[in-house]
Amino acid sequence: MREIQAQQITDVVEKLCIEANQFLPKDVQGAIRRCRECEDWDIAKGVLDQIITNFEIAEDEQVPICQDTGMACVFLEIGQDVHIVGGDLREAVDEGVRRGYDKGYLRKSVVKDPVRRGNTGDNTPAMLYTEIVPGEKIKVTVGPKGFGSENMSAIRMFKPSAGIQGIKDFILETVETAGPNPCPPMVVGVGIGGTFDKCALLAKKALMRSTDIRNPDPYYAELEAEMLEKINSLGIGPQGFGGKTTALALNIETLPTHIAGMPCAININCHVTRHQTEVI
Amino acid sequence: MEKRIQLPLTEEVAKSLRAGDSVLLTGTIYTSRDAGHKRMCETLARGEELPFDPKDATIYYVGPTPAKPGQVIGSAGPTTSGRMDAYAPTMMSVGARGMIGKGARLPEVVEAMKKYSGVYFGAIGGAGALLAKCIKKCELIAYEDLGAEALRELYVEDMPLVVIIDSEGRNLYEDGKAAYLSRKK
Repeated sequence: MREIQAQQITDVVEKLCIEANQFLPKDVQGAIRRCRECEDWDIAKGVLDQIITNFEIAEDEQVPICQDTGMACVFLEIGQDVHIVGGDLREAVDEGVRRGYDKGYLRKSVVKDPVRRGNTGDNTPAMLYTEIVPGEKIKVTVGPKGFGSENMSAIRMFKPSAGIQGIKDFILETVETAGPNPCPPMVVGVGIGGTFDKCALLAKKALMRSTDIRNPDPYYAELEAEMLEKINSLGIGPQGFGGKTTALALNIETLPTHIAGMPCAININCHVTRHQTEVI
Repeated sequence: MEKRIQLPLTEEVAKSLRAGDSVLLTGTIYTSRDAGHKRMCETLARGEELPFDPKDATIYYVGPTPAKPGQVIGSAGPTTSGRMDAYAPTMMSVGARGMIGKGARLPEVVEAMKKYSGVYFGAIGGAGALLAKCIKKCELIAYEDLGAEALRELYVEDMPLVVIIDSEGRNLYEDGKAAYLSRKK
């Protein structure tokens, strides 16, 4: 049994909130640069150039890449041989978000009630996901999620008879409907299987995976490639002004599901697909 | 080739712009998002005056991050304009002409733009660090309690924008995509 102080978790969450908002992951930077090279439409090239300049400025000057510094989605993979001491875990995470968003000059974008609104003033609470895994470490991932893209996400409970074609059509329909709103070029996270709630979580987790890593199952790796190509034939382009580069990547995560169902969730992210990870 | 535009946005200038034009905007603009628009429309409904003169005004749909010491403003890219669709026709009816944001607009907004010679400009969504560089002055003028959503007066220089919907209702989101797709055939 290893003891980890709640304070250590606070410190790491604080640091990751700031870093995630200032430094675009290298894989996403690389994907944007590659798409710029392949883009064949003038207005789209101009947009991609501005997007590249923007993340370079953010990194050099340590300022937020985007003003929507998101809801703080915090994923904790907690080793089963860890004992968290010296405080409450939920409070430790929220305190990290509170400090990170204050010290990092990040925007506070959370309201305390979905209907009656009212800003909480410190960007808490975090959207916290915990998973118990083997070992005696804690893996902390912070993924600030903007809502221009979150609002264009969708979930559908398919009948199994809809088959793979149903899922393909749903992906294209969702991206087409999203159009310019989620700040394309987007990253598309797809969850297939599980239950209604698990399926949505799979789609979110798909967005936390590197855009350079394909699904380990060749069937889904091929589907990722096929759907990325189809999305990039829609013509939406960077910012929706027209062009080839509508999506940077499409990541699929799956789970077993019930004999009666085939849930599919699509979580859309913008070109500022942010996440940083640290292991305690 | 970019067109340089000096604000305020007169009817004559507005009518000269076409969807797809790249422009560099210089002058005074005002920031507001949903919560601020709701308040402004309530103010107008009570027959009271807005915190700024709406005649030929341009409104930027943005909620910036807090400024770091030494900065004029924090990162300041556009938010999704569709959330202001419920309020935009009312704003145009009292003289506001320019809108800066990103994303699709409802047909009601486009109709109001045709009626009042409005222009909808797109700034690059997600380019908050870059766009902040064009903002030379920032002053909070109302609704401080709304935090990031407070009403601010900005002075911008050569702000890079693209005309998305012009005063005759032409729409870059439709035309740009169609042009790209037809070119590929």
